[in-house]
Amino acid sequence: MANSADAVKSAPWRDPNARPYVELERLSKSFGDFKAVDDVSLKIYKGEIFCLLGASGCGKTTLLRMLGGFETPTSGRILIDGEDMTGVPPYERPVNMMFQSYALFPHMTVEQNVAFGLKQDRVPKAEIAERVATMLELVKLGGFAKRKPHQLSGGQRQRVALARSLVKRPKVLLLDEPLGALDKKLREHTQFELIGLQDKLGVTFLVVTHDQEEAMTLASRIGVMDHGEIVQAGTPAEIYEFPSSRFVADFVGTVNIFEGKLIEDEPEYVRISSEELGAAIYVSHGISAAPEATVWAAVRPEKIFMSTAPPQATHGSDNIVRGAVQDIAYLGDLSIYLVKLPTGKVVRVTQPNTSRHAEAISWDQQVYLTWDPSSPVVVTR
Amino acid sequence: MRALAPLRKVGVTGRGLVVALPYLWLVLFFVAPFVIVLKISFSDIDLAIPPYKPLIEWIGKNSLAIKLNLNNYAFLFTDSLYVHAFLNSIKVAFISTLLCLLVGYPVAYGIARSSGTWRNVLLFLVVLPFWTSLLLRVYAWIGLLKANGVINNVLIWLKLIHEPLTLLYTPLAMYIGIVYSYLPFMILPLYANLEKMDWQLLEAAEDLGCRPWQAFYKITVPLSRNGILAGSMLVFIPAVGEFVIPALLGGPNALMIGRVLWDEFFSNRAWPVASAVAILLLILLVPFMMWYQSVQRRESAGER
Repeated sequence: MANSADAVKSAPWRDPNARPYVELERLSKSFGDFKAVDDVSLKIYKGEIFCLLGASGCGKTTLLRMLGGFETPTSGRILIDGEDMTGVPPYERPVNMMFQSYALFPHMTVEQNVAFGLKQDRVPKAEIAERVATMLELVKLGGFAKRKPHQLSGGQRQRVALARSLVKRPKVLLLDEPLGALDKKLREHTQFELIGLQDKLGVTFLVVTHDQEEAMTLASRIGVMDHGEIVQAGTPAEIYEFPSSRFVADFVGTVNIFEGKLIEDEPEYVRISSEELGAAIYVSHGISAAPEATVWAAVRPEKIFMSTAPPQATHGSDNIVRGAVQDIAYLGDLSIYLVKLPTGKVVRVTQPNTSRHAEAISWDQQVYLTWDPSSPVVVTR
Repeated sequence: MRALAPLRKVGVTGRGLVVALPYLWLVLFFVAPFVIVLKISFSDIDLAIPPYKPLIEWIGKNSLAIKLNLNNYAFLFTDSLYVHAFLNSIKVAFISTLLCLLVGYPVAYGIARSSGTWRNVLLFLVVLPFWTSLLLRVYAWIGLLKANGVINNVLIWLKLIHEPLTLLYTPLAMYIGIVYSYLPFMILPLYANLEKMDWQLLEAAEDLGCRPWQAFYKITVPLSRNGILAGSMLVFIPAVGEFVIPALLGGPNALMIGRVLWDEFFSNRAWPVASAVAILLLILLVPFMMWYQSVQRRESAGER
């Protein structure tokens, strides 16, 4: 089977001729008056790990369940591998789901759980035994075949659920918060295991999560959801460095957002005057906005340079502010500083602790903040 | 409680004292009468009050004779009436249990899958008949099933039949009565079990290729096994001894062991034989009671 990492390296979502493996066409779902999913259109390509990221209640689980066949869309279509699957019940779809609670059958052994789907398909006994054994080896549960779910730990149950959902070689695997119930160390370990497994089997994954770290680690592409809509879809880097709105900028990672007015708008640069910053922002790329429009400049904390001495000015007084360190959080590998500006705005700055014996910046110290003109992302909503 | 300190030295605890009271009650009102019945079952019949000869007698000054009359038991095994009555009771109880299961399972399932307010209403409706006397309800069935009863009158009025149907004093009437009376004992344990079920398991089953009815018998039924067994025991065990409903609805030909016991005791004044019947009935039901206990223990331990 073709390595799925290769399949997505070619970034098929950029190719207008590439055929999507899963296509959602203007999908909507309403529960009475409440619109859980609002006119969502999405193309997912073969071999992708696509993550739907959003807060509770944003509609991501409803969207997942519609793909699985557990909810019928109010309007719109679902196409899987070119076929219209909109009204098809779950037992007839080439799709399998890994539930958040794992939903293992308590009265069956691990072996029987994994074999369940194959037995339903009337696969010959010998083949079932072989495929189950292979799958259990793959998820590293080789010796656990005869155990019952209540005799397993949380992580082991998760792997049984994974094995059970993959053994039928579905076209698409749906995962509902797959790592939610695991502790931090196990979560990190399982994240990479999942990626490895997906790569080996070449199954297209659709993951639903509220944990952005999980989404950033697992996904080839992320779809950020809010109030039933996908507000932006792109690779983790695209979402992080090029958010299309304040919501996305703020949702993924931490960010400083400075509201301001567009004062100069040229093809190679723009200048924004910001009251809350107390200085103008010079951005070294053009944007498209109305003149004098209200815009927001988003600057990531790690892209701000903090120093006790005044930095070199490259664009006059643009992109430089002074402030006092209000709070420090020492996290070992990096430190988070909250710097209060004279305007009252608090700016978040992170710095890696590159030296063990560095002269630490302390509370109430006056510092200068600056950033490269290419760092701010200007959003118009 | 310092007063208990000296008692604690001899192994009496506060908890022990609390349990002692129900224990005493059980010994007084269950174990003691049981021993008395056991004793009577081994005695001879006598034309006296009480109508049985004493079991333990003094012979001379220092000898105690215990006479165990096993004829009572032998009699029960040889006389076809009693064998017939036992078998018939078991048969009726078994069929009643099956019918209760067939009717009760969908009801329990429906209640378990219903939403909050509905669920309370439905449970209340299941329990409500207990607030009226059982006998009154059985008599109500007589009123419904008799030749000029409600059912026949309605059917004749609707011109569906011309002659009244014989509904009363038939096996059908007896089963209707027993199932009607014992149904809550099947529904409630079943509901208690189904209520704990994770319905997402059915979604998982469907996701893996099961049609809804397949998911039902492959997942729901096996998981509700403990509820089915508990409900079945709660119906079967008392139903074996049931004779009032068969007598009232099934007519004089409904031969149940409970009736036999009643006749022996009151009509024939044959206390020893009646006692032997009671003991045998108990021995017959003990395995089922033990099975019920083990099911309950497994259920509370969270297994399967």
